[in-house]
Amino acid sequence: MSLLISTTLAEALSALADEPTSMVLAGGTDVMVEINGGHRRPENVIAVSRIPELRTWSHDVGSATLRIGAAVTYAELEADPFGQWVPALSQAARTVGSPQIRHAATLGGNVATCSPAGDGLPVLAALDAVVHLVSAGGNRSIAFGAFMTAPKRTALLPGELIESVSMPVFTRWQGYAKVGVRNAMVISNAGACLAVDDIGGVRLALGSVGPTIIRCAEAESFAATVVDHDTRSVSDAHAIEFGNLAASASRPIDDHRSTAEYRRHAIAVLARRLLRRAFPNG
Amino acid sequence: MAEHQHFDLHVNGSLHQVRDAWIGESLLYVLRERLGLMGSKGACEQGECGSCSVLLDNELVCSCLVLAAAATGQEIVTIEGIAPPGSPSDVQQAFVEFGAIQCGFCTPGLIMAAHALLERNSEPTDSEIREELSGNICRCTGYGRIIEAVQRVTVSRRAEQ
Repeated sequence: MSLLISTTLAEALSALADEPTSMVLAGGTDVMVEINGGHRRPENVIAVSRIPELRTWSHDVGSATLRIGAAVTYAELEADPFGQWVPALSQAARTVGSPQIRHAATLGGNVATCSPAGDGLPVLAALDAVVHLVSAGGNRSIAFGAFMTAPKRTALLPGELIESVSMPVFTRWQGYAKVGVRNAMVISNAGACLAVDDIGGVRLALGSVGPTIIRCAEAESFAATVVDHDTRSVSDAHAIEFGNLAASASRPIDDHRSTAEYRRHAIAVLARRLLRRAFPNG
Repeated sequence: MAEHQHFDLHVNGSLHQVRDAWIGESLLYVLRERLGLMGSKGACEQGECGSCSVLLDNELVCSCLVLAAAATGQEIVTIEGIAPPGSPSDVQQAFVEFGAIQCGFCTPGLIMAAHALLERNSEPTDSEIREELSGNICRCTGYGRIIEAVQRVTVSRRAEQ
């Protein structure tokens, strides 16, 4: 039984290679709930939140790409400069838990837990973010859409650590919206991210309404034909149809937090509303 | 199962030795059960209620969600470290004066959150106060007097400048 508070990536990877079943601890806001509830009894713990490589981010202006270290917290992401580069991620960050949770919780932890209700995840799906994994044996990168395989199941292999997540920095409108029983400290019952990319595509990703995050191909193709980028306009009828297409793409279930019917309705409203924010005229 | 974690914690300016702890113990558990600091309260133990809020390297966190053994080398401030016994801080005094207290269970966490807010933002708006205190649940007061108490501190601190 051991705890390693790692201060270099190499040290953490070496420990993880020695004991691939070790519990990786970042902000602790997910795993400590399991430990406190008696659902998890860690034998070996590798704490990674003091590793400088995971605490950094880089913005490459030339390729318009942002790379965010896995241990960057949601409190950091809700503020500038992230708010200027990836406003949808910043908005999603601000809806995570409470200030106390956001000071501890990390982007890498959200990706590692990979709950369908993870607030950052629809943004990563809409932006076609890439998850960068490292292990003692090397590194690999995988699209977020392929990384999340099922509720709380990922493509992460034993011995691998999430190092960072990279995503494009678009110049046009993007936003995140969610529905829950109150504004703060609430798990999303339905969430959506809409992002307009730099070639005029409208991207839409849904959270909490399926086993994984859902990209809405049909709604996206429809939007591309009905929005006017120059006047930033879309008709009411088209916005409503966009919402309905998004609802059709959702695969919600009934559970203790909401019903499938309500979630489907909420998605229609959220998608329509986000499209209207992106294209406020017409 | 062997329970042999030995580590030191910096709490309220003093070094505390923790011996023979289980690796999975939360900071809240260690503060209360091993160090005898009962001010931080445990209710939900899943980060929902905020009654265990402490400062960890100046950041407000839920101590129930901090692995105690991983907090070595970090500065921990609990409600006991906010002001010396017998001389309450201005935030504590304002909570008393405005009746921002009923059963008192949530009060230490709310005072920590209010302190953290006012350290970062000396002139918070009403909605900023509500957002910053949104991780602390009070089932008695309805929050009105809590918000009034925080507003009162901003006014009195401004007057002192």
